[in-house]
Amino acid sequence: MTGSPSTVIAAPPSDPRAQVPIQLTVNGQTHRLSVDPRASLLDTLHGRLGLTGTKKGCDHGQCGACTVHLGGRRALACLTFAVAVREPVTTIEGLAGPEGRLHAMQQAFIDQDALQCGFCTPGQIMSAVACVHEGHAETEADIREFMSGNLCRCAAYPHIVKAIAQARPRMRRA
Amino acid sequence: MRPFVYERAEDAAAAVRLATRPTREPPTRAPAQFLAGGTNIVDYMRLGVARPETLVDLNGLQAEHGRIEVGPEGLRLGALARMADVADHPAVARDYPVIAQALQASAGAQIRNMAALGGNVLQRTRCQYFRDVGWKACNKREPGSGCAAMGGVNRKHAVLGASDHCIATYAGDFGQALAALDAWVETLGPRGPRRIRFEDLHRPPGDTPHIETVLEPGELITAFVVPAGPWTRRSLYLKIRDRQSFEFALASAAVALELEGDVVRQVRIALGGVATRPWRAHEAEAVLLGRPLTPEAARAAAEAAFAPAVTHGANDFKPELGRRTLVRALLQAADIKA
Repeated sequence: MTGSPSTVIAAPPSDPRAQVPIQLTVNGQTHRLSVDPRASLLDTLHGRLGLTGTKKGCDHGQCGACTVHLGGRRALACLTFAVAVREPVTTIEGLAGPEGRLHAMQQAFIDQDALQCGFCTPGQIMSAVACVHEGHAETEADIREFMSGNLCRCAAYPHIVKAIAQARPRMRRA
Repeated sequence: MRPFVYERAEDAAAAVRLATRPTREPPTRAPAQFLAGGTNIVDYMRLGVARPETLVDLNGLQAEHGRIEVGPEGLRLGALARMADVADHPAVARDYPVIAQALQASAGAQIRNMAALGGNVLQRTRCQYFRDVGWKACNKREPGSGCAAMGGVNRKHAVLGASDHCIATYAGDFGQALAALDAWVETLGPRGPRRIRFEDLHRPPGDTPHIETVLEPGELITAFVVPAGPWTRRSLYLKIRDRQSFEFALASAAVALELEGDVVRQVRIALGGVATRPWRAHEAEAVLLGRPLTPEAARAAAEAAFAPAVTHGANDFKPELGRRTLVRALLQAADIKA
C-alpha cells in the first residue's frame, strides 16, 4: 500500500483533552474529522460517520463482530484507535456493488441461511471475504480454523461454513 | 479509558526519544508506552489496567522494522512484522515450523493480522485478577497488594516459575518457539542498541511481578534473530486448550530435534501455558541428549521438566497435562507413534 489516504493532518497536540484532526477513508469516501485520541475506529464509524453496520459485541477483541478491512486485511475495529488508522477502511456497507447488487458472500449467507439473530453477521461476512482472499478457505477444516475469531452465539456455524464454501468459487470468477 | 496524548514516531530513534521520560517505574507502568498492533495494550487500557499518559505509535516504522529475512545464518524478524505474515511465510514454515505453528495457533485471524511480533512477546497475562481492576489484590498490577489468584480460581495458572507473590501464566505461544530456538532480541533504548538472549528477556516474578522484563522504559524491541541449526526443520509447536481454536494454552510445547538414527544429537524444549514466562526446559533436554528417543525417554524428559512444579488446587491437573503434551510433541517431532 503506497501513500497514506488516512493521515493525521496536523502535529498532534500535547494536551490529552485536545481533539486530533484526522482524515479517514471509508468505503472510498474521505472524511475529515477531529477525534479524541481514545476513540476507537468502531465508535468513530458508528457515532461520527453513521455507519452502524459494524457491530460492537465485546469491545475487547474477543468476538469479531467489529471486523472491518484495513488496507484490504481483516482487522478488529474495537482494538484500533481512529487516530492510528493509516489505510483505507472497508466496512460491510462498502461490500455491495454500485447498484446495491450483493457481494457473493452476502448472497451466500442468505442462500445458506447462515444467520439467526444477525448481530455477528457483518463481522462474519467481512471476515469470510478476507478468509477467501487469503487462501484460507480451501477446506472445511481451514474455514473453521480461520473463522475462529468470529463468534456466533446462535451457533449458525455449519451454515456459515457452507456459505463460505458457496461464495469461494464465485468470488474467484468475479 | 484514561486520557492520553497520541504521538507518531517515524523512526526508531524518534520512538525511543518520545517514549523516554523520567520515571522510576518499569516499562509496563511507565508514563509513555508504545503502540503497534494495539491488540493487547488497547484492551488493557480499556480495562483500566494500562494507564499510559502518552502512546507512541510505531506503525510508521513498519517498512524498516517489519521485514522477514531468511538467510544461511538464520532468521531475522523485524519486531513490527505482523504475526499473520510470519506464520504464512513459506520459508519460515519450511525451515522453522515451530515458529509458523506457534504463531498460527495464536489468537484469531484478525488479531494475527494486526499484532506485531514485539508486542506479542510482551503481551500481559490473562490472569482474571490482573485483568479486572475490581480485585484489589494483584501484585503485578499494584505492587505489594497481594495475589488474589493464590487462593482463588486458579485453574489456568502457572505451575512452573511462580513465587509466593504471583502465579500468573505467560499467555503467549511465539515466545516458546523463540526460547526453544535460542533466539536473540535486538533493542534500541535510551542508552543505545543492545542484544539480549530471548531466554533472559522475561524475568521470573519473584517478589516484583510488576517488573516483567529486563527492558528499560523507552527501550524498543527492533528485531528477533533466530540462529540456523539442523534442529530447526525438525521442530513443532503443540498447543492443548479448552477449545480447538481462538484460545490460550492450558499446556503447550515447542520442540526442536536433531536426530542421528533415533539418537538425539540436539534437542531444544520450551513449555507454555504452565509457566510464568517463556519456559526453557533445560533439565528435560539433558535427559534426552545422546539417548535414543523412545516413548520411555520422552516420558523421563517430561518428568524432569515438571519436577519443580508447584500447584494451587484448581491447577493440580496441569503438571500431568504438561508432561503428556511434551511427550506427544517429542514423539511427533521424531515421527514415532506412541
